[in-house]
Amino acid sequence: MAVAEQKKTTNAKHEPKVLLELEGIKKYYPIKGGILQRKQGDVKAVENVSLKLFEGESLGVVGESGCGKSTLGKAVLGLEELTEGKIVFQDTEIQDLKRKEKLKFVKEMQMIFQDPFASLNPRQRIGHALEEVFTMHTDMSAKEKRKAVIDLLVEVGLKEEHFYKYPHEFSGGQRQRIGIARAIALNPSFVICDEAVSALDVSVQAQVLKLLKTLQEKYQLSYLFISHDLGVVRYFCDRVLVMYLGNTVELGTVADLFNKPLHPYTQALLSAIPRPSVNAKRKRVRLQGDLPNPANPPSGCPFHTRCPIAAEKCSSEKPAWVEYEPNHFAACHFAGQPIQ
Amino acid sequence: MAELATAPGAGVNKEIKRERTFVVTMKRLLKNKLAVAGLIIIILQIGMAIFAPLITFHDPVKQDINASELPVFSENHWLGTDNYGRDVWSRIVYGARISLVVGLIAVTLGLIGGTILGMLGGYYKKLDGIIMRIVDLLFSFPGILLAMLIIAILGTSLVNVAIAISIWSIPTCARIVRGSVLSIKEKEYVMAMKSLGASDLRIMFKHILPNAFAPIIVFATMRMATAILSTASLSYLGLGAQPPTPEWGAMISQGQAFMWSSPHLTIIPGIAIMLTVFAFNVVGDGLRDAIDPNMDI
Repeated sequence: MAVAEQKKTTNAKHEPKVLLELEGIKKYYPIKGGILQRKQGDVKAVENVSLKLFEGESLGVVGESGCGKSTLGKAVLGLEELTEGKIVFQDTEIQDLKRKEKLKFVKEMQMIFQDPFASLNPRQRIGHALEEVFTMHTDMSAKEKRKAVIDLLVEVGLKEEHFYKYPHEFSGGQRQRIGIARAIALNPSFVICDEAVSALDVSVQAQVLKLLKTLQEKYQLSYLFISHDLGVVRYFCDRVLVMYLGNTVELGTVADLFNKPLHPYTQALLSAIPRPSVNAKRKRVRLQGDLPNPANPPSGCPFHTRCPIAAEKCSSEKPAWVEYEPNHFAACHFAGQPIQ
Repeated sequence: MAELATAPGAGVNKEIKRERTFVVTMKRLLKNKLAVAGLIIIILQIGMAIFAPLITFHDPVKQDINASELPVFSENHWLGTDNYGRDVWSRIVYGARISLVVGLIAVTLGLIGGTILGMLGGYYKKLDGIIMRIVDLLFSFPGILLAMLIIAILGTSLVNVAIAISIWSIPTCARIVRGSVLSIKEKEYVMAMKSLGASDLRIMFKHILPNAFAPIIVFATMRMATAILSTASLSYLGLGAQPPTPEWGAMISQGQAFMWSSPHLTIIPGIAIMLTVFAFNVVGDGLRDAIDPNMDI
């Protein structure tokens, strides 16, 4: 995917404001077994993730399946209870709030789901599904709600006559637009896109991404853009976080991360992007073996079992999260070292 | 990137199936000849129950000592009369009212109780263990015995029969609903509603229940047959309808003393019960096959 890296400078000019801060987020799923269902261990889905998200920025989260990127998104939204850690949103700690207190923040944080068909109730007309959002959070009259829903439908590129249709009557792209409409209905400041375009085909992906961009400019939205598609992330995001086995591996601006990746895992991921040019010469970094079991992660650096440049130190000592360049973090003992 | 833009074929099939579920289901149901026969019987019965005063010419409880034990096809009494001279046709027609109403009340109450328990158990993991153990406890009684026990506590009457049968329907219904809820609550649209801040009640009744309806409908139809049969059984044992109420089970019980002289007094209500139970069962079977042949009931 040949997409130039224009833009992405807008936020750097003036000091950006922190919208969301994660501090040492951990999410473990207990493994229970035996007759008494006793806890026998943990699946470490998210291990110690800390990061800051600025207002109006898009932060991409990439990694292979099962690396904990979706769990991270759900944990931020409170759909998964945290094992440990702090979520600070608009200067308020929100991880321990009760449902009623949390409703205020629910308006501000929304999510767009991966499968646009599965995320809509098949027995509810989409107009009513959107109205329900207003019913839950506002005191609008039936007439006002209807008008708001129709405005929303037009905003995301659908039509008024779609109001009384069921989800199955729409195409994949249209359904994802409905998902987007529902997410922006309450005018949030932060939207998590969990593989929001992965289920769509390429031409529709582009349209939906464009819509997301337009909305971002119009409403000053911040996105946490979870994806496994590096091409899309490169086009869409300002900064990228790479995750591996629940751990943060590297974080940097799109330009930094794609041009001079520090972590060998990032380098391997980038070398897997298909290039459209026939003559392009490139070195393919192939990783050996499978993703280790997150219930029993490797000692030291979680990546050392598959790392092409791993040394003895890597299996015993966990690398620290270090800022190697301004705004470019990585967790590797040999950060920046090229792979032979 | 192209291979990542997944468009699974399974999803496409699901869409086609979703198209006007009701119409598709009815079309499939009407292809099933046995189910159509059952439907006709049920419709006739409902008609009988509603228009009872119009299609009978005798009071079902009025005795006429001069016309007792008339055989089938007698003048004025085409299904004959019983030992007190009451018209069997009138009693059968009015009996349809009782069977359907008691069945309906029993099934409705059972569905309400079972659905609430099943929803709570399926949705709240913490309650699941407790509720399912209570259900297991109810399951461990043989149905008729449980009903007799409840009637022994509440006293004999048709209303108590309905209550007893409904209590006996609760555990089965709770199991079925719980199963559906367990699978539906993992769906992404439930997650989406949670992320929008929906309350548990809203999620349960507005988003999970409508999607769990198919198995509930099938269960209700089949349970109607069982409820009607149980009403007749309990009345036969003298625990339900009391004389002179024209209830089918009670009619058999009273008629069996005259088995040899007037066999129609037992055979005719027997046929009525059999046809009704058969009809509800085949319609339930047909519905299950029409909605989803793999459904687990």
